[in-house]
Amino acid sequence: MEPLTWTGELGNFLDPALAFFAAAFLATALLQIVLGFVTAEGETVANPDGTLTVRRGPREWAGEAMKWSFLGLILVVLAYIVGGIVTPYGTGGIIGAMAARFLPVWIALVATFALSITFKRRLGLYGKLFDSPIGMVGFGLVMFWVFAGIFGGPLDMILTHDPLGIASGMKNEVPGMPLPDATEMAPGAHYLLGGDNLSRDVFSRMVEGSWIVIQIAPLATVFAFMVGITLGLPAGYFGGKLDTLLTFVANLILAFPVILLFYLLVTPEIVQTGIPSYMAAVLFIFVPMFCAVLINSRYRTRPQANLIILACVLVPLIWLYLSVISQRGTPLNFMPGGLDLFDVPGGILTVFVSVVFVNSPTVFRIVRGLALDIQTRDYVAAAQTRGERSWYIMLWEILPNVRGPLIVDFCLRIGYTTILLGTLGFFGLGLPPESPDWGSTINEGRKLLSIYPHPALPPAIALLTLVLGLNLLADGLREESLKD
Amino acid sequence: MALFILRRLGIMILTALCLTFIVFALTNLYPNLEKLAKTQANNRMSDAEVTTWLDNRGYLDPLPVKYGQWLGVLPGYVIEGSDGQIRGRCIDPGQAPEDADRFCGVLQGDWGYSTVFRDNVAEIVGTRLGLTGWLMLAVMCVMVPGALLLGVLAGMREGSRTDRSLSTVSIISTATPEYVSGVIFIAVFASSAVGLKWFKGTATSAMDDITWANFTLPVLTIALYGMGYIARMTRASMTEVMTAQYIRTARLKGVSFPNIVVKHALRNALIAPFTVIMLQFPWLLNGVVIVETLFNYKGFGWTLVQAASNNDIELLLGVSIVSVIVVLLTQLISDIGYVYLNPRIRIS
Repeated sequence: MEPLTWTGELGNFLDPALAFFAAAFLATALLQIVLGFVTAEGETVANPDGTLTVRRGPREWAGEAMKWSFLGLILVVLAYIVGGIVTPYGTGGIIGAMAARFLPVWIALVATFALSITFKRRLGLYGKLFDSPIGMVGFGLVMFWVFAGIFGGPLDMILTHDPLGIASGMKNEVPGMPLPDATEMAPGAHYLLGGDNLSRDVFSRMVEGSWIVIQIAPLATVFAFMVGITLGLPAGYFGGKLDTLLTFVANLILAFPVILLFYLLVTPEIVQTGIPSYMAAVLFIFVPMFCAVLINSRYRTRPQANLIILACVLVPLIWLYLSVISQRGTPLNFMPGGLDLFDVPGGILTVFVSVVFVNSPTVFRIVRGLALDIQTRDYVAAAQTRGERSWYIMLWEILPNVRGPLIVDFCLRIGYTTILLGTLGFFGLGLPPESPDWGSTINEGRKLLSIYPHPALPPAIALLTLVLGLNLLADGLREESLKD
Repeated sequence: MALFILRRLGIMILTALCLTFIVFALTNLYPNLEKLAKTQANNRMSDAEVTTWLDNRGYLDPLPVKYGQWLGVLPGYVIEGSDGQIRGRCIDPGQAPEDADRFCGVLQGDWGYSTVFRDNVAEIVGTRLGLTGWLMLAVMCVMVPGALLLGVLAGMREGSRTDRSLSTVSIISTATPEYVSGVIFIAVFASSAVGLKWFKGTATSAMDDITWANFTLPVLTIALYGMGYIARMTRASMTEVMTAQYIRTARLKGVSFPNIVVKHALRNALIAPFTVIMLQFPWLLNGVVIVETLFNYKGFGWTLVQAASNNDIELLLGVSIVSVIVVLLTQLISDIGYVYLNPRIRIS
């Protein structure tokens, strides 16, 4: 069996094209920045028919050249992907084979974008995202990893090998090496991104790692927001002693070095004492509490409807809450086996709790600041005069009006949570050592980094692109929501 | 102003007390003490032996008492152990029990003894902080000018191509945590397999002798993550200043554009970034821990990891006091500096 090269036979003509366009793009981009400082903008000329034309100077020409070389670059990259999908296995090299493995992701991405762009006028803020190129790029990157996680994790359509499986003779092998017992050129015959220190497939581990991240990061952020909102709104709205106390506690948690906090919360000895379980019990109760207050403040005047809706929402929520905090093998294990819906696998609950704990004070400070600002508005005074209760004003008058900054911060915070998860993995805390999440994989790969860089690089780049996507998405959302 | 600083100092002390108490309580949980006993004495001790070992060394006193002893407000324990030997918190090895001080805590300047490094905590923290100080200094020298330049250039013409491309650069840098950029830097610049081999992948030798080869990568790695954030803040404040009335006046009276930027806009635009730079210190601390672990530079962050993973109680407390003081002090400086720089804000 031949090892795969990076670009295979397709690379014979695509590689020179890529090099040409990349060089052209870099050169024109640099030229453009330099020209931006030394030359003035092109002169604007008024035409007889009332329109304006900018006369092209060197700066405009450089801009034009940059646009075209960028377009060429994108076309070449597309050619790599499409070429990898349509040609037989091996022709497109490693890149082509990976593009083919990601086929379900490409289809889902194209479908999402096509649907969203078609109906963008009816989709509110989400639709407006598709007016901003930066937002679209960010959304694309994020959705790529979301789909990769879904199709790679539970649906198992992308992985070439078992992420925990060990193949003999593949220890630290470079990308594109065939398995010793592989005979025919078919998907699964090679370790596409090489093998790691324990002869596991780096590519499969990277894809499986995205599933762990996209499960934990958004959910942990939602929980942090529930805690932050439920405490931040009253702190900002009422002020006084409550505000002083809560702000002091929030600042206290923020003054901790994050890594010290992780070491204090996540080590096995502490888990044994049950502190993370008790913290989970306290932090997670904010979710049913938030929902209960939200519904009750709205339907308080209609007791019948109130009772029904409250029951419909709260019973499942509280059941879920109890199942989550009652874990076998920890001091908090009170649910009888039949009632306990599920046990969260080892370490994940602890990691989840510490990430929520670290994130909530920041959300609290943001919400408090926003509530302080909004509570002086006239519509709040109007609601007060109408005799509305405080919680109604907070949740149904103030909260909807601060949703813009909160949504933007939500995207940024998912990225930050991803970084925190990686940090935990990087120090080998919380998740089991063989776990394929990106932080742990980077941690494992860094030990032999200067000799074998290939096991650590793919998860590092994956994490980078996901966080970058979330940041760009937040930027696009901010820009579009400011336009209103 | 004096009252404001006094009140802030009071809150600072209260926060430091609360934080150290939390760290103290968490490190003194029984499973942690058990692990400590087993690593210090003998890994195969029975439960009863662990209890005697801990009891002889005062670890099983009530938590507030132990905390008071560590702080130096309660007299240190003197226990006649079950093996007949008299041990005391304040009794140094080889010292007679009668000669020892009654109080020995942080307030008396005695930071305790590290069980991992077998040395005085104050000494360890001092030398390690010195090493990290050099790293921080280098990071600041790279990060602050770089970020300000990036932010000012992007913010002076809002919406231009320069602005777009520089903003993208700063977004990319905020999206790259230290352990990602560090790994990429080592693979590209230091790897012996495929890389350029310009720099070294470890900074261990930089502890004695700082050179370009061993110090560039750690400094770049920390600076990159913080740089994007400061640059974005600078850009935001610069764009705000550039739309102000007095800038328009300056343009109308014919001042050249470079002059407007340097003489009129810059000073006002740099007020907000100053606060951000000061508040960036706690985050730098985080980055320092990651980078020192990755590059094996045995500074303050590396000590934190060692102390935390070995449950070295007194070293961990010393480390957390120092980091809490750094965090709170920078907050205070940023508040005071903001008031001095911005004449519109005066605190009663």
